[in-house]
Amino acid sequence: MIDTLLLSRIQFGANISFHILFPTISIALGWFLLYFKIQHNKTGDSSWQDVYQFWVKIFALTFALGVVSGITMSFQFGTNWPGYMEVVGNIAGPLLAYEVLTAFFLEATFLGVMLFGAKRVSQRVHTLSIFLVAFGTTLSAFWIIALNSWMHTPQGFSMVDGRAFADDWFAIIFNPSMPYRLLHMMIASFLTVSFLLAGLSAYRYLRGCRAAANYAVLKLALTSAMILTPVQIVLGDLHGLNTLEYQPAKLAAMEGIWEGGKGVPAVIIGIPDAKTRSNAYEVSIPKLASFYLTHDWNGEVKGLNDFGDKIPPVAPVFFAFRIMVGIGLLMLLASWLGRWQLRGGRELPRWMAKGLVLMTFSGWIGVLAGWYVTEIGRQPYLVTGVLTTAQAVTKLPTGMVLSSLLAYLAVYVGLLLAYIWVVFYLTRKVDDKSMPKASVAPASASATNPLGAQ
Amino acid sequence: MLPDLTTPAGWLPLFFFVAMGIAVLSYVVLDGYDLGVGLLLNRTSDHNKDMMIASIGPFWDANETWIVLGVGLLLVAFPLAHGLVLTELYIPVTAMLIGLILRGVSFDFRVKVDISQKPLWNFLFYLGSLVASVAQGVMIGRLIVGFESGLLGWMFALLVGICLPAGYTLLGSTWLILKTEGELQKQAMGWAKISLWLTAGGVGLVSIATPYFSAEIMSKWFVIPNILWLFPIPILTGALFLVVLKSISALQSGTSRKEWVPFVSVVAIFWLSFFGIAYSIFPYVIVGKMTLWQAAAATESLYVIFWGAIVVLPTILIYTLYSYRVFWGKARELSYQ
Repeated sequence: MIDTLLLSRIQFGANISFHILFPTISIALGWFLLYFKIQHNKTGDSSWQDVYQFWVKIFALTFALGVVSGITMSFQFGTNWPGYMEVVGNIAGPLLAYEVLTAFFLEATFLGVMLFGAKRVSQRVHTLSIFLVAFGTTLSAFWIIALNSWMHTPQGFSMVDGRAFADDWFAIIFNPSMPYRLLHMMIASFLTVSFLLAGLSAYRYLRGCRAAANYAVLKLALTSAMILTPVQIVLGDLHGLNTLEYQPAKLAAMEGIWEGGKGVPAVIIGIPDAKTRSNAYEVSIPKLASFYLTHDWNGEVKGLNDFGDKIPPVAPVFFAFRIMVGIGLLMLLASWLGRWQLRGGRELPRWMAKGLVLMTFSGWIGVLAGWYVTEIGRQPYLVTGVLTTAQAVTKLPTGMVLSSLLAYLAVYVGLLLAYIWVVFYLTRKVDDKSMPKASVAPASASATNPLGAQ
Repeated sequence: MLPDLTTPAGWLPLFFFVAMGIAVLSYVVLDGYDLGVGLLLNRTSDHNKDMMIASIGPFWDANETWIVLGVGLLLVAFPLAHGLVLTELYIPVTAMLIGLILRGVSFDFRVKVDISQKPLWNFLFYLGSLVASVAQGVMIGRLIVGFESGLLGWMFALLVGICLPAGYTLLGSTWLILKTEGELQKQAMGWAKISLWLTAGGVGLVSIATPYFSAEIMSKWFVIPNILWLFPIPILTGALFLVVLKSISALQSGTSRKEWVPFVSVVAIFWLSFFGIAYSIFPYVIVGKMTLWQAAAATESLYVIFWGAIVVLPTILIYTLYSYRVFWGKARELSYQ
């Protein structure tokens, strides 16, 4: 039924999906930029300077998109979910306030110095600015994930007259799921950027660039991915076990387990059907789910049928989970294979370079899939056990919400396409200038585009 | 009418109301000059466009953050009003956000795309600035009339929707007088004079219309003894407009080198206007319907934010001043190197 609730959910989902794409890159890219800058400071090698100069442009563009979509997020709570602040405002308020005060301002202010102040401040201060921007974005992630995790596994509060009141801030912030979710997201950010670095470097490589700097970035990116992918998989597993304990309905949806019990099979293929409360075309391995969830072939696992109608939409959670895991495995394969192929300074095979180019934005797919698992998986709750999404939604007419949704979607699709296009365009331009016989745009054309003419 | 201000339940919400007011005022002045420059962007040559953007480039991100603080404080300190206010302002808020999105991304896209596409992004920069400014004006107008749904209430909102961009243009052009030189600076002086009349007219109209909408507001202003200590405000505002006019003329004829006077005077006009609105609205968060005490969050939660805020806000101010110091002087071409 297309009603205000569904439209508001889609709108919030669209806004936050668009938003998350950019801080996911900004967080890790800020730290990579710091690394490039420090390498340049240490070695004086101008290749590090070139690498920094290229990636800072990507960073600036990404950061801008993250900021403007982030500002939109801060209004979404009020425009479409007034019930949220009414019920849990005493918890959400301070956490959001600290995010803005300690992080948003920090990164926004020092961004100006970082981007445009290189000639106006000492090298030390400039490097410090980069650090503060990277630190600010990371700190933002900390506060936001603390709040988001509390919504999943709330603790440290009491309900009085239908409103939540804080009892123990340490318990609120460091709630059961928080450490797992924060680490999982941070590593996801680094993996996303690793594949972005690898993909764009591979793109240049395919076009004939054999610059040492490009090869160095490619190697760095694949090394980083190679180390972090297995870590992320282990962390994901631990996160899953935490979800099993605190949000069993979500876990059951992820696994497609309708009937709980002992010795539960692992569903490999299937199409969850909410009406029949079973999976069509199911292919499963007996007892396997019990084994990897409880480490006992006959362990007890709850199924969706144990939760009545307090279950999330199963199909989206089930498939998003599979997509996320699939991307993870693909990343594992690509990073290990690719890094191995680069051993001892070897050439990267063309087919591998093409594969890496295709995986440039694989991190985005993994991140979105993962966030859909966790957020859709939390339904019907907005705050588990405390407030349902339906209770919090606005009473505005459907037409109004539909108009705003369509407006946002139009803007977002346009900007996303522009972003991806510009990212590849900038990559091509670097080579057009650095490769002597390649086609070069007339000098005057870039004369009035000061930031583009590097 | 006022609760006991010696208790935390009394003064904490008031502190946050003032803090929220300061955040909104800071936003209006700071992003005001960014938006003002954006509104003027298409009136000059391509090279000058780059200089205009260069004058605001290092600051816009941090400037925009003040609106997040403002709505954030509404969200965290006055949760019971937050949902109501944003529901009433649903359409202008959506328009404003889209305007801010377009403006913000155009900063970056315009200098990273192929030169043939730059005019498109320059236009989107202007369009975003326009939509955001008009939307903000409408929001302020709706707020002042307490979201009254009559035709006059909406017409008033539209009036403010035109006046605020005029004010931003004044702010933006006087900022350019301060930060640029040569031909662009001369153009800015011309723009400033035109927007001066528009802004003065706007401030006058809004000042007259506001008390008309609410007997309560009327009685706060047009009553002895209030009017005795309040009347300096409109007088001072009028005087400041004259100062702006005079100082720009002096700069144009070369009899003065004080390039900061116009901008500082306009900022002062904004402060006075803001104080006027705040005084009219106080103690309501939703005029005529919900006071700030009725809307406030639990005292305990306010305390948590309070202790953080009094440590962090001064820090923010210090490093903000530092960043303005780094970029002091005339605007120079922006470069990442």
